[in-house]
Amino acid sequence: MIERIVRIALATLGMASAMAGAADSPAGLMAQYAKQAGVPVSALSAPRGAALYRTEHPGRDGQAVSCAACHTANPTQAGRTRVGKRIEPLAPAANPQRFTDAAKVEKWFRRNCQDVLQRECSAQEKGDFIAWLSQAR
Amino acid sequence: MNYLLRGIGVVAAVGVISLLAFSLPSGEAHGDGGSHTLPKLAHKNWQQECASCHIAYSPAFLPKASWRRLMSGLDQHFGENASLDPATQADILRFLEANAADAGTSSMGRRVMQGMNPNEAPLRITETRWFVRKHDEVSAATWSRKSIGSAANCAACHRQAEQGVFDEDTVRIPK
Repeated sequence: MIERIVRIALATLGMASAMAGAADSPAGLMAQYAKQAGVPVSALSAPRGAALYRTEHPGRDGQAVSCAACHTANPTQAGRTRVGKRIEPLAPAANPQRFTDAAKVEKWFRRNCQDVLQRECSAQEKGDFIAWLSQAR
Repeated sequence: MNYLLRGIGVVAAVGVISLLAFSLPSGEAHGDGGSHTLPKLAHKNWQQECASCHIAYSPAFLPKASWRRLMSGLDQHFGENASLDPATQADILRFLEANAADAGTSSMGRRVMQGMNPNEAPLRITETRWFVRKHDEVSAATWSRKSIGSAANCAACHRQAEQGVFDEDTVRIPK
């Protein structure tokens, strides 16, 4: 009995870590967001991701906001926060740390989609966004 | 073996020196305090989370009541969503309160509190009377220079701000 519980617990742990490991890469996160959106990974669109990155929206104070406003037009370059602190490049080609921590990725989508779009981003949008950044050189 | 003993000696010496170094700021706090160096603080979440967008402002720059107000409104943090998961938020607030200007743990904090009314809980460090007095010679045009951006960007002029050093001779105002 105890042995069975231990075995189930170990199996669950193993699965959880395998899933976390698989998700913590740009490709893994794309797969996860595609699954959430109910579409195949091949349906994620880099051009749609680029449009999401560049499109300006009216911000809370009426000023136009976009991802590019802080991250710059070229995501392989470093950006700057509103108070002037450097933001490391978003594109994995320039910054391999990007899209390697699922919790961090979710945190920043939650915050920044609210700031730029005044709403959360859909799983499809998140997948598109990473699809585009993954191929940015 | 000899090396091992020597190694232990070195570690012990470093330990004693750092203990002395850390006890200095509190000793200085009994006088009126000439140093504008903040106590070295280490807190993983504070450094990681608060320093993503700006420098990790020292807890000694605002009283506890300010930190409580600030941390309860992170989803609208000066026009940006800086929300955190509840556990991280609570952890950071505990640290901020323990080292706040009115916690009595730093001479910088005592200076900040000198100009503060008891019921005041400003959200911006730049709104404190202490900050305004300290920067009264800086013009609005200087603050808005592209190289500075705003008064929130301490490190633009205080070149060692990230190390907690705010002495006047480390200040260089960029063009």
